[in-house]
Amino acid sequence: MTSAPPLLTLRGIGKKFPGVTALDGVDFTVRAGEIHALLGENGAGKSTLIKVLTGVYAADAGTIHLAGQPVRPASPKDAERCGISTVYQEVNLVASLSVAENLCLGRQPGRLGFVNWRALRRHARAALARLGLELDVDAELGSLSVALQQMVAIARALDLSAKLLILDEPTASLDEKEVADLFAIMRRLRGEGLGIVFVTHFLDQVYAVCDRITVLRNGALVGEFATADLPRLALVGKMLGREITAPDHAPVTVATGTNEPTAPVLTARNLSRAGALHPLDLDLHAGEVLGLAGLLGSGRTETARLLFGLDRRDTGELRVKGRPARIRAPRDAIALGLALCSEDRKTEGILTNLSVRENLIIALQARQGATRPLRRAEQEKLCEHYIRTLRIKTPTAETPVKNLSGGNQQKVLLARWLATRPALIILDEPTRGIDIGAKAEIEQLIAQLRADGLAVLFISSELDEVVRNSTRAVVLRERRRVGEFSGDALTAPRLMHAMAGGHQAHG
Amino acid sequence: MSPALQRRLPLLATAAVLAALYVTACLSYDNFFSARVAANLFTDNAALGIAAVGMTLVIFSGGIDLSVGAVVGFTSIFVATIVEKHHVHPVLAAAAALAVGTALGAGMGALIHFFRQPAFLITLAGMFLMRGGAFWISTQSAGLTNPLFNRLSLWELPLTDRAALKMSALVLLAFLVLGGLLAHMTRFGRNLLALGGNEQSARLMGLPVGATRVGVYAFSGFCAAFAGLALMLNSGSGNSRDGVALELDAIAVVVIGGTLLSGGRGHMLGTLLGLLIFGVIQSAIRFDGSLDPAWTRIIIGALLLGFILLQRLLLRRLEQR
Repeated sequence: MTSAPPLLTLRGIGKKFPGVTALDGVDFTVRAGEIHALLGENGAGKSTLIKVLTGVYAADAGTIHLAGQPVRPASPKDAERCGISTVYQEVNLVASLSVAENLCLGRQPGRLGFVNWRALRRHARAALARLGLELDVDAELGSLSVALQQMVAIARALDLSAKLLILDEPTASLDEKEVADLFAIMRRLRGEGLGIVFVTHFLDQVYAVCDRITVLRNGALVGEFATADLPRLALVGKMLGREITAPDHAPVTVATGTNEPTAPVLTARNLSRAGALHPLDLDLHAGEVLGLAGLLGSGRTETARLLFGLDRRDTGELRVKGRPARIRAPRDAIALGLALCSEDRKTEGILTNLSVRENLIIALQARQGATRPLRRAEQEKLCEHYIRTLRIKTPTAETPVKNLSGGNQQKVLLARWLATRPALIILDEPTRGIDIGAKAEIEQLIAQLRADGLAVLFISSELDEVVRNSTRAVVLRERRRVGEFSGDALTAPRLMHAMAGGHQAHG
Repeated sequence: MSPALQRRLPLLATAAVLAALYVTACLSYDNFFSARVAANLFTDNAALGIAAVGMTLVIFSGGIDLSVGAVVGFTSIFVATIVEKHHVHPVLAAAAALAVGTALGAGMGALIHFFRQPAFLITLAGMFLMRGGAFWISTQSAGLTNPLFNRLSLWELPLTDRAALKMSALVLLAFLVLGGLLAHMTRFGRNLLALGGNEQSARLMGLPVGATRVGVYAFSGFCAAFAGLALMLNSGSGNSRDGVALELDAIAVVVIGGTLLSGGRGHMLGTLLGLLIFGVIQSAIRFDGSLDPAWTRIIIGALLLGFILLQRLLLRRLEQR
């Protein structure tokens, strides 16, 4: 325990949005000269808390003190004036200008609006030297690697005499060497007495560089811990809101289906993409539900996107029903009988202003091609069928989808893909943001799809859901496959162990 | 290729094209290689060049200004009419025209910024407004008889015994220097490039995005009005049809000069080179006598296409890193 006075103290921070309490009485303390991890799964309130700190949102309740002074940042610029600087995952600089200009934009040395270029370059070199960086300050920023751009962004943030530096997922697209360089800079700044808030999905990185950890869940504070006192598994337990039980005495809840040794519907070998997924092997058989578990940022959605051709893979071979598959875009995947219900229903799935019918037939129509329109009668038959079998609650098939509840929107999306009669369906978080009744129905539907002989790839951040619905589950951690469980071994505690990773030595 | 070289490649390519065209013209036509022809490149294209200086800065910011040609026409007929028919003092008339151009630009900039409207649409509206205003004043051309105007339009700065720079050419040079200083030596100019490069970042960096945007359209309006004065003096009369499609030539000159049409990247020197390319092609065709003047446009079109493709290739290489 250090006795240093807190640099930043947040007490009882509350923030409500219509219908959602994003933050509820959260306390958060950062001391000078420490690196403090802010952790939590989706919806934990991390980003809301950071937006309160950087003046993007105003808190509804609570107080913020920085270096003993009460502050209430009204905008990012205001926060910077107070001494709170932020570096985001997306580099917020101008790629077409030089490094030196990016460091000095808005505060260039000079008089009467004229820029003194010599002083500007000198100033830029000094700002970089503080981080131990040697760069050509005249180089165009866009010609540097993302890691170096990130470091230029940090140099710019520090230039504002920052007391507190917030790093919001800065490592998301960096490789290992670059992460190490970034950590060296973070330690150097910690040595100078700066307080650093570090947001990341990578637990290894938390244990590598952070002194303390604050965990949030569902908008509330779970607790603040010294990194050394909190073993990895306990940390994951706190993030997921689960008690830790010994893995081998857990009850087995899954009813295992018989898994005949058929040729896999989909085979992926060595599938990878830089910054998204390390090489991964995956087999999916007909009549099985393969669960994909992992913490936020572990590579689950990335896997789905690569399989479906939404992102280009760097390496890897895909086979569909034993034959090599050229999947370079979603159209290829759809033609081969794949379907993807994406995680972000609102922006990547449902067309909110169109009717249930239009949403439902769109994938099938796209697959048939514009020259062979589905007859109206055929469309209506399809709608009637799916509204009945999936129990979609809608007044008519012509109702705009935006008028439906989240669970029913999800079912329309599911029906859209089922109408294409896929051999394999990827469900990315199909139960997020829908009520409990609808969840149960979706789960029932997944079981039905399996019984009908579809291969299902089921992605969920709720362990119990993965265990309940999957015949087999693969665990990802930090973009790597770290375990596979089936039958009696498929239990929530085992999954959690695999997700936490590391060695029990931490405990 | 080193990054520094790659960044300057569009400018170097423009310079190379200009050199090639100029040498070819000099070898093909007698007397093309002379100080007089060179000086006339500036005089003949003064209005286009002045408007292109403003356009360059607007394009730096990621915008476009379609109203400049109409402002040229409006200024030309407005000033000629009130001086010749209503006997307003020429200096006062010119000042009023410059004020109108600047105010129109500022107004368009404000609409683009505060109502988040596409620059294309707002300045298109501005174009109709000004061209309509010009026609409303008069569809007849108004000859200049005012002694001050006549003195200005006849005045020359002798370079050699046969070559001289007219007033309008000097104004063009002054504008090029002013534009270059603004773009490359002031915070305003750097803010323009930042705004054109990444508006979101510019906002987060706390740059005065609104003032910069309003300022650059105001400057472009000012340039366009000045271009109208230069055209009026060159031709010796005010005409509401002056400057039709001039904005498109100006955009072509800027883009051929290596400035990225989507903003954030460019150099005022490129605009000078682009203007000279435009002028050399025009003069060469005039020297030839047998070629249809339409070839100016055809060659400019081909060059424009070539430069846009070149920029695309360069950007792709930069992005691939």
